Amino acid sequence: MKILIKNGQVIDPSQDLNTVTDLYIEDEKIVAIGQSPSDFQADNIVDATGLWVLPGLIDLSVSLREPGYTQKGTIASETYAAAAAGITTLVCPPDTSPIVDTPAVAALIQDKAFEAGRTNVLPIGALTQGLEGKKLSNMVALTEAGCIAVSNHRHPLANTKILSRALEYAATHDLLVIFHADEHHLSNEGCAHEGLISTMHGLKGIPETAETIALARDLILIQKTGVKAHFARISCAKSVEMIADAKAQGLDVTADVALHNLLLTDDVLSSFDGHYHVLPPLRSDEDRLTLIEGIKSGVISAICSDHQPHEKMAKVAPFAATEPGMANMEVLLPLSMLLVDEGDIKLSTLLNCLTQGPANCLGIDAGTLKVGSYADLVLFNSTLKWTWSEETKRTKGTNSPWLNEAFSGKTITTYLAGKQVFPFV
Amino acid sequence: MVRSEPRALQLNDQGQLKHFLTLDGLNKAILTDILDKADSFLSMGEQSVKKVPLLRGKTVVNLFFENSTRTRTTFELAAKRLSADVINLNIETSATSKGESLMDTLQNLEAMQSDMFIVRHCESGAAHFIAEHCTPNVAVINAGDGQHSHPTQAMLDMLTIRRSKGQFEGLKVAIVGDILHSRVARSQIHALNTLGVDEVRLIGPKTLVPSFFKEMGAKVFYELEQGLKDVDVIIMLRLQKERMQGALLPSESEFYRLYGLTESSLAWAKADAIVMHPGPINRGVEISSEVADGKHSVILNQVTNGIAVRMAVLSIAMSGQLQNKEKNETGANT
Amino acid sequence: MNLDLERTLEKMSQELVAYCAHKNIENPIVVGIHSGGVWVAERLLASVNTSEPLATLDISFYRDDFTRAGLHPKVKQTLLPSTENRHIILVDDVLMSGRTIRAAMNEIFDFGRPSSISLAILYDLDKSELPIKADIVGEVIHLDSKQKIKLSGPEPLAVSLIQT
Repeated sequence: MKILIKNGQVIDPSQDLNTVTDLYIEDEKIVAIGQSPSDFQADNIVDATGLWVLPGLIDLSVSLREPGYTQKGTIASETYAAAAAGITTLVCPPDTSPIVDTPAVAALIQDKAFEAGRTNVLPIGALTQGLEGKKLSNMVALTEAGCIAVSNHRHPLANTKILSRALEYAATHDLLVIFHADEHHLSNEGCAHEGLISTMHGLKGIPETAETIALARDLILIQKTGVKAHFARISCAKSVEMIADAKAQGLDVTADVALHNLLLTDDVLSSFDGHYHVLPPLRSDEDRLTLIEGIKSGVISAICSDHQPHEKMAKVAPFAATEPGMANMEVLLPLSMLLVDEGDIKLSTLLNCLTQGPANCLGIDAGTLKVGSYADLVLFNSTLKWTWSEETKRTKGTNSPWLNEAFSGKTITTYLAGKQVFPFV
Repeated sequence: MVRSEPRALQLNDQGQLKHFLTLDGLNKAILTDILDKADSFLSMGEQSVKKVPLLRGKTVVNLFFENSTRTRTTFELAAKRLSADVINLNIETSATSKGESLMDTLQNLEAMQSDMFIVRHCESGAAHFIAEHCTPNVAVINAGDGQHSHPTQAMLDMLTIRRSKGQFEGLKVAIVGDILHSRVARSQIHALNTLGVDEVRLIGPKTLVPSFFKEMGAKVFYELEQGLKDVDVIIMLRLQKERMQGALLPSESEFYRLYGLTESSLAWAKADAIVMHPGPINRGVEISSEVADGKHSVILNQVTNGIAVRMAVLSIAMSGQLQNKEKNETGANT
Repeated sequence: MNLDLERTLEKMSQELVAYCAHKNIENPIVVGIHSGGVWVAERLLASVNTSEPLATLDISFYRDDFTRAGLHPKVKQTLLPSTENRHIILVDDVLMSGRTIRAAMNEIFDFGRPSSISLAILYDLDKSELPIKADIVGEVIHLDSKQKIKLSGPEPLAVSLIQT
């Protein structure tokens, strides 16, 4: 199947490309940009005039909720929502039920994703059995079954000795470990950033030290074991500083941030609205601005949606009693464009954080339009005004503060390995 | 998606209270009005006939998810003196302990067609949640939500101060003890600042008085002597035994030695200082018996004032709801 | 219209004494409704044969317009002894719709079951909305829609007619 994407504005941070040109796809791959390959007879010509042609987005954390929590979401619904958002590769966390601590569960998820056929799904395997933090899981088997990395998610390890050994083991086999820096005795039961707002509103606070103390310990262990490491969902200004220092000293770590931590602060908690209950919590404006600086300086190289869909009732309770998590994935790109509009981040930097950046964090060959790569790409109308409404959304989750809001910028078409996956044909 | 904050949700279009959720965001005029009305109810309490028909025909439901016989009884008394019908629901002993969600409990209560809910709950923001989700025209009165707010307690404390001292200007007020976990203290800080006292002081160890409170408009002291110097009003807070468990304090005896109000520590304050306590008092933990029962103590007045303040709040909120309802109905008809 | 206040009060006092004699009312409680009714009651009390001191009533808590107008800001004191088996002379300055008197009677009944209640009104505006009539009337006054009558006091006690 030969496809010509004609006259679109091709933007690819990995090649420093931003120009109106043509893009040629043959079977599953990109075969040329600009100049047509000889004998290229397109079966399908797509007029991309006025549209951006981007590498398909890569989202480092999307909870598909299957197996185990299908009232909140399914692989079918959430991968459909991902395709609608222009996401061609997503990474799902191990906290399903059963947990992804056996190859069977990892295989199940990938099989169902393949069946749905909307996006590439890379599961993360559990670092310890049951995520309980006591016994190591069969990390190598998990990786062979398709897990892109291992992680204990936000669950604590029983003690530092076990953490240290888990990292040594992962390092032995060159596995990527994803860290959620959280000193659980300090954050335990907390639901909000420890500060003036949480104090005034009587909400149990999570101090920044819960993140920075764990981060400090993790950085030392990474240094010691040499394990490949990525820090997920950094939320504190101090964490950015600490990771920057570690990188400056030659430590090869990467970090991502959840989009909502770049757009919101703990000010929104005054309404006691459970939709703003997330872990790690929304922090102060100083933290938010420093995270943005971290993106500009490259300390943070990826932005993810941290998509955690919930059924309605999960958020209908007093704040601390609600289940944490937001479901913003479906509007990942137009929402992150707000950062460009407000002049905080350059467009190329932002797009990098959604494509090449996450690909590098995972060590995969994706998030690029380089000739020879899989044709995972998205056509995006950057000026189209639309409302993301409850009636037309594809995610099963109702828990986004931006649901029913108007946006500027919409995904028009998404291709996965040259096949159109959104809108579904 | 815009949700309303408690401070906005509790006022109707004319700026009158239709719920009583928090003192945060209420201006001096509203707080003073509550105190003035409470004063009228106080003088009424001294007469033989203690009942007035203001809430006659209205059903007031005490929704106490946290146990508290004292507070519940004063609210019940206040509602009955306004001629309301009162129903007591101790939810902690019924459905929710079996896991029924707050939302389900609320929906089951709809059939009762109440006019007012008085709510005490262990979660901060619970009263706000109920005000947002219950049927329209039901007034919600916060009897204490988690660590957030206990507005009627703070108002009865303000009434006690005003009746003892005459006015708020020029006063130095100290709140001593476990500020961190105290919803009463948070409400008191709002009220004292709004009503215009000179200084609000918070006294306790660092573990119980984090510095964030300074940003709420208070001075923080870690030593009792410094904190009490020249103070006109001392409010002692109850210390709960659980605080020892969380490594916030070593022992009651050490707390008493450093922060307990005794006749000698009381001497650091002004000679005519008054001593208050929201109750129940822990003798020998935060306050000595001599002081609790002594001439500076107005603790018993607080109890009487509590009924009057609650009568004022209940009538004001009910009136605010009724006026809101009438305005909406006439608006709909025009 | 006759707005000679002193003369009207004198007339009322005489009528009240005659009324009490006629009805065999002994040792009544004279109750003035705040504020104007209290001032008028003070004047009438002087002529009435009773050992009971002046009683006062604030009807704020008994008004029927709680829904519309809310609670009044400054509530004055109700000083009323037990009304059980007593004769009450209820006094107010102006009778308009009659709702104030209804509220006052409700309040009086909360203090006990009186033997009788008689009503003395300084100015009857003849605008009642309820079946309430005064037993002693100072003057009947008809105002047009732009006029209001106002009593000021307690010293000096004076009445004025206001054009709005």
